[in-house]
Amino acid sequence: MSAPALPALPDLAGHFGPYGGRFVPEALVAALDELDTAYREALADESFTAEFTRMLREYANIPSLLYSAQRLSARVGARVLLKREDLNHTGAHKVRNVLGQALLTKRMGKPRVIAETGAGQHGVASATAAAYLDLECVVYMGELDTQRQALNVARMRMLGATVVPVTAGSRTLKDAMNEAMRDWVANVDRTHYLIGTTAGPHPFPAMVREFVRGIGVEARQQCLELTGALPDAVTACVGGGSNALGIFHAFVPDADVRLYGFEAGGDGVETGRHAASITGGSSGVLHGTRTYVLQDEDGQTIESHSISAGLDYPGVGPEHAWLNDAGRARYAPVTDAEAMDAFQLLCRTEGIIPAIESAHALAGTLKIIPELTAELGREPTIVVNLSGRGDKDVHTAGEYFGILDGEQR
Amino acid sequence: MATAADRSIGVAFEKARAEGRALLVGCMPAGFPTVDGSIAAMRAMVDAGVDVIEVEIPYSDPVMDGPVIQRASDIALAGGVRTRDALRIIEAVAATGAPVVTMTYWNPIERYGVDAFARDLAAAGGTGLITPDLIPEEAGEWLAASDAYGLDRTFLVAPSSTDRRLAMTVEHCRGFVYATALMGVTGAREKTSDAAPTLVGRVRAVSALPVGVGLGVGTGAQAAEVGRYADGVIVGSALVRCVLDAPDEAAGLAALGTLSAELAEGVRAVRR
Repeated sequence: MSAPALPALPDLAGHFGPYGGRFVPEALVAALDELDTAYREALADESFTAEFTRMLREYANIPSLLYSAQRLSARVGARVLLKREDLNHTGAHKVRNVLGQALLTKRMGKPRVIAETGAGQHGVASATAAAYLDLECVVYMGELDTQRQALNVARMRMLGATVVPVTAGSRTLKDAMNEAMRDWVANVDRTHYLIGTTAGPHPFPAMVREFVRGIGVEARQQCLELTGALPDAVTACVGGGSNALGIFHAFVPDADVRLYGFEAGGDGVETGRHAASITGGSSGVLHGTRTYVLQDEDGQTIESHSISAGLDYPGVGPEHAWLNDAGRARYAPVTDAEAMDAFQLLCRTEGIIPAIESAHALAGTLKIIPELTAELGREPTIVVNLSGRGDKDVHTAGEYFGILDGEQR
Repeated sequence: MATAADRSIGVAFEKARAEGRALLVGCMPAGFPTVDGSIAAMRAMVDAGVDVIEVEIPYSDPVMDGPVIQRASDIALAGGVRTRDALRIIEAVAATGAPVVTMTYWNPIERYGVDAFARDLAAAGGTGLITPDLIPEEAGEWLAASDAYGLDRTFLVAPSSTDRRLAMTVEHCRGFVYATALMGVTGAREKTSDAAPTLVGRVRAVSALPVGVGLGVGTGAQAAEVGRYADGVIVGSALVRCVLDAPDEAAGLAALGTLSAELAEGVRAVRR
């Protein structure tokens, strides 16, 4: 099943072509080296991978289903297979990453994890893994986000985590990442920084990918069993990019399988209010890695905008930058409005309320069906990563559609 | 034309060494609280006895800095300061005759163009660059550009650096080495670091370059203490706070002058 394989890329210094690497204070290098050695040794150790696989299966409900969405398929003119990461414990693909890193933290003998979170999903997942594996957990969250996501703050506290509201800068995700980085510099000997996506300094992009790549390994096998063939395309939403890399990676060698990543286009890339780092940004250095970044002429980070908190980040994992430049995966923006149309479509045709992040993947999928059908001369088969469920987004979606009763608005 | 050796901050370190004391480096973000305000602040520091001015080019995501410098950087950026303004500020401060070293995160420089930045920094009279988030392994372009324009290169060493990394990092430095005294970010602290003397000793074991110690120094007594074993005492947050907490510009400059004088006295209080 999902035994992670050691990667060909990045190189030993963490480069994916010109991207990736390490742009960090020297004080962190020793810890990053330690982590690099530890995760490689862990992945080569059968007892570690067996324990990881057991935790995923017994605790997190993984492998997740690959579900043939028939009513949706009939409506959109493609065979749509949904990778149901929304059914995982804690409601998203992220549980794979946090369980992997928390298990690694135990193996390294560190008693404490820290994490950054935007909407709170990664924070809740981290707090969950910390409770499950008996680790102290501190979560940094922009003060604005703690106000917008009060329920997730409460969830983290229920799970025993300490939530620290960050008042610096724009008081959102990127500031929470800065603050977590500062904590890590100061407490690195007893603390692991549990980064929530395939970004940050080496080895995080490679290591996180290894913990989430089971999504694609499973989907590939499930698709073969279900349809007798590989899919024509695999699609996912891209913020930092962990769910997308998770499902893409096993398919990268399959040259006939098209890979599509859909970024958060917000109000539209042309408006400047978006979070589409690849399609609307440029090469730069942010949070320890070289990648596509939303930045101004002087290299100052520009704030991102998206209806989806999980995609609302001004950078992207460096491996996506490389897959884009190499032409192996294609990236395109999806606006808030397109995502919300797809959100509603999935609710009404399949009885599945998706995370707004995942609705971006579905919306992008709908846009590529005509060209794919024309190119193939038949109905395409498309695997869509339904990376998370929409419970957390009920309020946002309810407001968007104007269906909340007065006092809940 | 000035040669690389004339330009180097090494000259200032030698002068302080001849006086039997450590060099005092004072840091201020460019454009904080305004472009002119920051020039006035840096001149006040020079007038009060700060030997070298470290001009920090503000960056939106300064992970090595604590809350004081981040706030000052945010104020400078909100005021619209650009990289080219920072170069103008460097030129104005260098005109006082005090050596100016620059510090900034890597992205603003990469965005400006590494070679162009080195060219313009040298033209503005800067001696070199401290790079808090650039390690020598990622610094290929900067190594070439700093060589081409005769600029100093200051990489950081930390208590957690292995002997092998420390030697490699020091080998890539020119001018001086920046020893981060604490495992932590910038900001004045009540106690200076126990780890710092050990770290300075480790650098001395592999290099004759001067060693500056930063992170945590905020008083004359602390400057004296660090000046006992380090070649340079680097002060940032405590100076920035003088301006940040002041009710108006005049009061800020007065407070800055007082603290600068106290720090300058501190480094002169001990004979080396």
